[in-house]
Amino acid sequence: MTLSGALEVASCTDPGMVRSHNEDSIASDGDQGLVVLADGMGGYNAGEVASGMATTVIITELQQLLEKRVPYEIDAHSGKLVAHQLLHEQIAKANTSIYQAAQTQPQYAGMGTTLVVALFYDNKMTVAHIGDSRLYRLRGGELRQVTKDHSLLQEQIDSGVITPQQARQSQNKNLVTRALGIDPIVEAEIHDYETQPEDIYLLCSDGLCDMVSDDDIGLALQTLSSNLKLCAQHLVQTANDNGGRDNISVILVRVLRDYPAPRSIVGKMMSWFK
Amino acid sequence: MAKLILSMDGLVLKEIALTKERTTIGRKPHNDIQIDNLAVSGEHAVIVTILQDSFLEDLGSTNGTVVNGQPIKKHFLQNSDIIELGKYKLKYVNEAVAGQAKAADFEKTMVLRPGSVKTATAAAAAPAPAAAAVPVAAAAGAKNFSNTVAAQSATGAPVAPPKPAAAPQKNAALQLLSGANAGKELDLTKPLTTLGKPGVQVAVITRRPQGFFITHVEGASFPVVNGKTLDAQAHSLNDHDVIELAGVKMEFFLKT
Repeated sequence: MTLSGALEVASCTDPGMVRSHNEDSIASDGDQGLVVLADGMGGYNAGEVASGMATTVIITELQQLLEKRVPYEIDAHSGKLVAHQLLHEQIAKANTSIYQAAQTQPQYAGMGTTLVVALFYDNKMTVAHIGDSRLYRLRGGELRQVTKDHSLLQEQIDSGVITPQQARQSQNKNLVTRALGIDPIVEAEIHDYETQPEDIYLLCSDGLCDMVSDDDIGLALQTLSSNLKLCAQHLVQTANDNGGRDNISVILVRVLRDYPAPRSIVGKMMSWFK
Repeated sequence: MAKLILSMDGLVLKEIALTKERTTIGRKPHNDIQIDNLAVSGEHAVIVTILQDSFLEDLGSTNGTVVNGQPIKKHFLQNSDIIELGKYKLKYVNEAVAGQAKAADFEKTMVLRPGSVKTATAAAAAPAPAAAAVPVAAAAGAKNFSNTVAAQSATGAPVAPPKPAAAPQKNAALQLLSGANAGKELDLTKPLTTLGKPGVQVAVITRRPQGFFITHVEGASFPVVNGKTLDAQAHSLNDHDVIELAGVKMEFFLKT
């Protein structure tokens, strides 16, 4: 199944102004409706290895699987939506690969990565995330953060210890409570959302949202929506102008038109008999 | 690691490192910071420290707690805040901020085990006197990462709060030289200002610390600056540059 022409995708990744390595990794396939972003951590180049493994495993495996599997159908074995099943399995696979590499090769010990994946199909999107890489949505001129970080600060906000405004002043940034490749098993948070034409989705690493306010991100998405590539570059540039203390990665997805699943009578009949 | 400097009438009395999760301040001797002065209540205030962050809370004291001249009930302490209790002053110093220039290598993302985080946040949310175990951060691989958060805060400093974008010193504006609105001025106050007609030709002027830049956004034709057609790259604007866009001429100028 292809979404050709339904989505426009642009991306940009940059080491920032302080770091010598870029430990972020991004991958996308607009025709398959698939975008992946990972922010690695670990010494030397281990962070790059972890984030690179995560994006490579997830994008290549899902590209192949989506040739055969239909994301909006229900999986016969698990009773789950195929989209969820696929994301769940491939994230587990990426986790195992990173974890085993970290366990067996001393230079990779302790490496891990955050992850945010979005899969678009049938006028919907399924988002899976782990850690503090985020997905935002711009709709009707309003920017909304869709994912909720798995981080110490988010837990403090949830339990009322600090307010979201205070969180921006906190010294406790960069402490994630979940990451890919750190433990033998990891649970991704997976949710579904309806999409609309003209929506713009932003996937980003914390190097963007720590350095650029939501207001400025929203302004950029709104003002530069007609040139998505420029918009991605502008966001990275703004983060760098503000200090660029971390690697910065941005993937933008614009919904150009509806992309409903093909639902013929025959198709429905077939699915009953499967 | 964060610390407090206790002083009276400009005279430094002592320094107190905020090593404990709860540091109590009061007149009675069981407090971590005892201030033997009648203006200070028996149990006056408490500072809850979670990794690199500290929160000051007044415990219903008679004379109240003042930070930077403002009475507070609960306050998220920032580097060089001055806490006043009667005649005494406590200056909050967070070296994580002070030493941030060297800190770049340390401010990498780390993983906190979920269990340990629960302890830290729960202890802070409920002002229970029991000191929770020091949260243990999983060593995330880098050679500098140490096993306990206490040690981590002694060596490394996480990211500093983002500073607002350093806006260019000067303000700038555009004056329209042709078209129906000739003579009108448009102040360039926003980080991004778009010009032109959507669907036909649009350019954007970005306000950056280095100055103002014009970039082509959409349309078949590119903006012209001082008679020269731009390419897709951002172009730095100088005082009195003349821009032509969608059939309208305008002059860019800096304001004093």
